Amino acid sequence: MAGMTISQKILAKKSNRDFLKAGEIVLADVDLAFANDITAPIAIDFVKRLGVDVFDKNKVALIPDHFTPNKDINSANQCKIMRDFVREKDLPLYWETGEVGIEHALLPEQGYIKPGMLVVGADSHTCTHGALGAFATGMGSTDVGFAFATGKSWFRVPESIKFIYKGKRNKWVYGKDLILYTIGKIGVAGALYKSMEFTGDAIKELSMEDRLTMCNMAVEAGAKNGIIEPDDITIEYLKERDIDRSEYEILKSDDDAEYSDIIEIDVSNIEPQVAFPHLPSNTKGISEIKEDIKIDQAFIGSCTNGRISDLREAAKVLKGNKVAKYVRLIIIPATVEVYKQALKEGLFDIFLEAGAVISTPTCGPCLGGYMGILADGEVCISTSNRNFVGRMGSKKAYVYLSSPAVAAASAVAGKIIHPDEVIK
Amino acid sequence: MRIKGRVWVYPDNVDTDVIIPARYLNTSDPKELAKHCMEDIDENFAEQVKEGDIIVAGYNFGSGSSREHAPIAIKASGVACVIAKSFSRIFYRNAFNIGLPILESDVSDELEKGDEIEVDTQKGEIVVLKNGKIFKSSVIPEFMQQLIESGGLFGYAKKLLNV
Repeated sequence: MAGMTISQKILAKKSNRDFLKAGEIVLADVDLAFANDITAPIAIDFVKRLGVDVFDKNKVALIPDHFTPNKDINSANQCKIMRDFVREKDLPLYWETGEVGIEHALLPEQGYIKPGMLVVGADSHTCTHGALGAFATGMGSTDVGFAFATGKSWFRVPESIKFIYKGKRNKWVYGKDLILYTIGKIGVAGALYKSMEFTGDAIKELSMEDRLTMCNMAVEAGAKNGIIEPDDITIEYLKERDIDRSEYEILKSDDDAEYSDIIEIDVSNIEPQVAFPHLPSNTKGISEIKEDIKIDQAFIGSCTNGRISDLREAAKVLKGNKVAKYVRLIIIPATVEVYKQALKEGLFDIFLEAGAVISTPTCGPCLGGYMGILADGEVCISTSNRNFVGRMGSKKAYVYLSSPAVAAASAVAGKIIHPDEVIK
Repeated sequence: MRIKGRVWVYPDNVDTDVIIPARYLNTSDPKELAKHCMEDIDENFAEQVKEGDIIVAGYNFGSGSSREHAPIAIKASGVACVIAKSFSRIFYRNAFNIGLPILESDVSDELEKGDEIEVDTQKGEIVVLKNGKIFKSSVIPEFMQQLIESGGLFGYAKKLLNV
């Protein structure tokens, strides 16, 4: 009998099975289920129609992060549905404006994600949490409503693709560049229905925040989940959140586990990446861009790249520089903790001197919600995860994806540019 | 189930942002969502779609967001069925969960907007009426058939919880 991948092992454990093979369908126990202000109302309605309580008060999280602080009356009403439900059921895992952050930044930061957990969220970027060695996948509201009520969800056990990253990263190359490069290589459906398992020496050297960024974008290749085996960096990240080694189980893929594909990538060949409109797979190395791509807006934030390390990298580039005339630079820390830390480190002084605007945590511009909507014909370089038609406002606008360093440099130059061009 | 209708044809990678843009996601009301269905890929869709029409498309239909509002908008528009070469996995589950029939087939290569097809979901067969060509489609996995028989996820939850 062949071995199992880490994803198979977690699903097997949660469905009380010794062995699972890819393609089997199981009903498994979830350790955490969550939804946001767009997706929660439909999930809450599911629970209410059943007339039951949630399966476990401490395993249901409601995170109003998309249109908060509320951008209009309808979105305020959506949030009220969440707030009323949280009050009625007395649910502890709820964060009001002033405390709330973007769900996929907030949950790991606050110590709610541990290795070996089975996590479902009514948001496609739930796959972010695989960075901590959890099996985490996005679903719709009805699926998550089912999980809220029963504590269970059904899964088709995915085939896995193993990605082995080797070599030494170049300067200005981050987790974001590795994942953009990877999606460029395999395409937006390259891992459809599958698990993307990120391994190799170059991953071992990656910080937890860079790993979260990589797993965040697994869904942009169609994957069910992205996952990284826990190691010393994982254990250290959890220790900083007072989570003891005895509180979780570290699972690893067997040497003889079956993979549908194994892809090796030498990271020393990767330069800063830019995804062109209108797909995250339209990536180019920055030196391959021969034309001037003038920008109207740069956005640094989102569940992909709104963490403290992202703001530090942006500040490195922006220090002593000014945003180009007629360009808007919008910076949104992903959580209140990130906001406080950036303030303490003096990063906001650098951003404000450069001419950026800083917002309270929200998903806002990433999905064309508010706080940075693009007009017809405008161009934005964004650290978020998607550049679909109409994603950030007008369907006649153009969104390019990059790391915070490239976005910051581009804001200064007024066109898409390598950070080395700004910091000579 | 047998469905006969005229088709709307779309390419690969039709994502949830063009099916229902985020600017309309401050409500979950199906009727409101239907007013803007497919708006960023096809301005005429919401106005011209008729009850019983069928959407056919290429690979990776419904990619992107987990928003269940996307299949809800399509269903509320009166669309009887979506047939694509492949679906994003979250969209596939969502469509199934809200009772929007979806099938995997290559039939879009054969069709132009307005053509008529006849779909037999049990047999997994699609007939192109203009030339009689028959396309095979995927069949629904057994576990999912059982879910349908339990009354969908809601009925299955009732059974599990004994309520």
